[in-house]
Amino acid sequence: MNSIVANRASKSTVERAAGLIFTVCGLVAILAVASITLYMILKGTPALTNVGIGELLFGTVWKPDAADPSYGILYVILTSIVGTTMAIILGVPIGLMTAVFLAEVAPPRLAGIVKPAVELLAGIPSVIYGLLGLMILNPLMYKLELLIFKNSSTHQFTGGSNLLSAVLVLAVMILPTVINISESALRAVPGHLRSASLALGASSIQTIFRVTIPAAKSGIISAIVLGVGRAIGEAMAITLVSGSSVNFPLPFNSVRFLTTAIVSEMSYASGTHRQVLFTIGLILFVFIMIINVSLTRILKRGEVSE
Amino acid sequence: MRKSAKFVSTLCVLTLAMSALAGCSSSSSTTTTAETTAAETTAEQTTAAATEADTSEAAAESEAGEAAEISTDITGTISMAGSTSMEKLANAVAEAFPETYTGVTVTAEFTGSSAGIESLLAGSVDIGNSSRNLKDEEIEAGAVENIVAIDGIAVVVDTANTVEDLTQEQLIQIYTGEVSNWSEVGGEDQAIVVVGRESGSGTRGAFEEILGIEDACAYANELDSTGAVMAKVASTPGAIGYVSLDVLDDTVKAVTLEGVEATEENIKDGSYFLQRPFVMATLGEISEQSEAVQALFAWLQSDAGKEVITSVGLITVD
Repeated sequence: MNSIVANRASKSTVERAAGLIFTVCGLVAILAVASITLYMILKGTPALTNVGIGELLFGTVWKPDAADPSYGILYVILTSIVGTTMAIILGVPIGLMTAVFLAEVAPPRLAGIVKPAVELLAGIPSVIYGLLGLMILNPLMYKLELLIFKNSSTHQFTGGSNLLSAVLVLAVMILPTVINISESALRAVPGHLRSASLALGASSIQTIFRVTIPAAKSGIISAIVLGVGRAIGEAMAITLVSGSSVNFPLPFNSVRFLTTAIVSEMSYASGTHRQVLFTIGLILFVFIMIINVSLTRILKRGEVSE
Repeated sequence: MRKSAKFVSTLCVLTLAMSALAGCSSSSSTTTTAETTAAETTAEQTTAAATEADTSEAAAESEAGEAAEISTDITGTISMAGSTSMEKLANAVAEAFPETYTGVTVTAEFTGSSAGIESLLAGSVDIGNSSRNLKDEEIEAGAVENIVAIDGIAVVVDTANTVEDLTQEQLIQIYTGEVSNWSEVGGEDQAIVVVGRESGSGTRGAFEEILGIEDACAYANELDSTGAVMAKVASTPGAIGYVSLDVLDDTVKAVTLEGVEATEENIKDGSYFLQRPFVMATLGEISEQSEAVQALFAWLQSDAGKEVITSVGLITVD
């Protein structure tokens, strides 16, 4: 455009203005993070002192509206940890294998079908996952539940809204994250490593498991960590399928996650009850922060080792 | 040519600047609103309604005669306090009433039924909201019971369920977990899936309060909306749930309670027990109240008032 021929004054004005705009844009992100952090800490800590840290974090009775209210969220925290772990255990092997398939073994034409399908999976809104879980997964789970607990007199029947349903939904939801990042990590492994392995007489499957995957380790770990972040922060899909009663996280119990605890009660909560919901938000925030920090560490270590 | 190009580039930069600024300001304003909302709610008061009313009042005053033509020219304030269950109704009234009576400000506090009547008897508020009938001693102290609406709750099961009727006792046993199979209450051998609402929900509060099982319920599902309860009950064989009367449809089956069907007529004549009155109590008869309070009660009986009552899922009183 005019950058070469324009006079010096107008050029420097444009340059300076543009520089300023970029700085402001950069500051918006920082400002947002800083204000959210500050807000969560300010809003989340009063309940810790009002209720008592021990009672809040290690109490198992959640009765915020009782005449003698009790705000124990241990089961809620455990549910989020157990649910996320189970989803990772289920989802990561499938995701990793899919990534290997896409990056190493798939004939180009087949990969051309699978790859867009995975990308489409990432674009489906989470409420759709929840809806499908509610309409299809829950009735199936209920049949299974009736079969397993046929003669149990103590089990409370949940109609299929249980931890297992939520875990299955979460496992599917983290697939795109795990697949995409693992795939690019696998593709980034230099070709000469593969060639050397094959030249030494290793089969292609041996090469994948002994050479390519170990070489892509740091990328795969960051895929898993991002998957954890996605799973622990998900609310909409699992609020529809998990039953939302506060219980110990056993596979066929109706459970409440950190996210769904906030979603389901925020609308009518007041007083200490509301403060506790903010504390749950703070706990979730701390979890996400831990995940992000460990992700940064992993990526840095990966850079150093290379 | 060169000039126009320069112009275009400057324009680009300007647009960027504008959008950056807009982004900036919108982000900060969001934070402020969030803070304000949270602060207000922690105060357990709906100052929001009051502020809104204030603004409309100010607007009305500035427009002077014009506003007076559309509506009546009553000015004043109405303060309410009481039942948290009536929060939705009170807020809806506090919002809708000043739209017609622009000179009137309605404020509402939610302190609980008994505390509301106490404030009324102490003379600190104009109306005491109560989600139960007034006690004898409250009436003796001068409070007058004006039932403005009725809250009715239907108990629903899936359409394939053969149970048609439940007694109050059976309902309590089901919801406290004492009974866990339909065969124990006269149905088929099928597990009961107990569906309810989240704590804080008005429907849940009413249901537990009427049955006297506050904080004693064993829910298998705590769903956060009426629609979710309906969907869950409709799609789960053996499920039981409770919903406001106004949302009943063919996807679920409403059971009769003590042989009485959940209909508006049965609720109005009192034979259906899963109901409670919403009382706006006044100190002395309505006719002894201020103009604004009288106007409020008259308005509640008008079509506009009835519309507000039904819009929050309640039954009007004729």
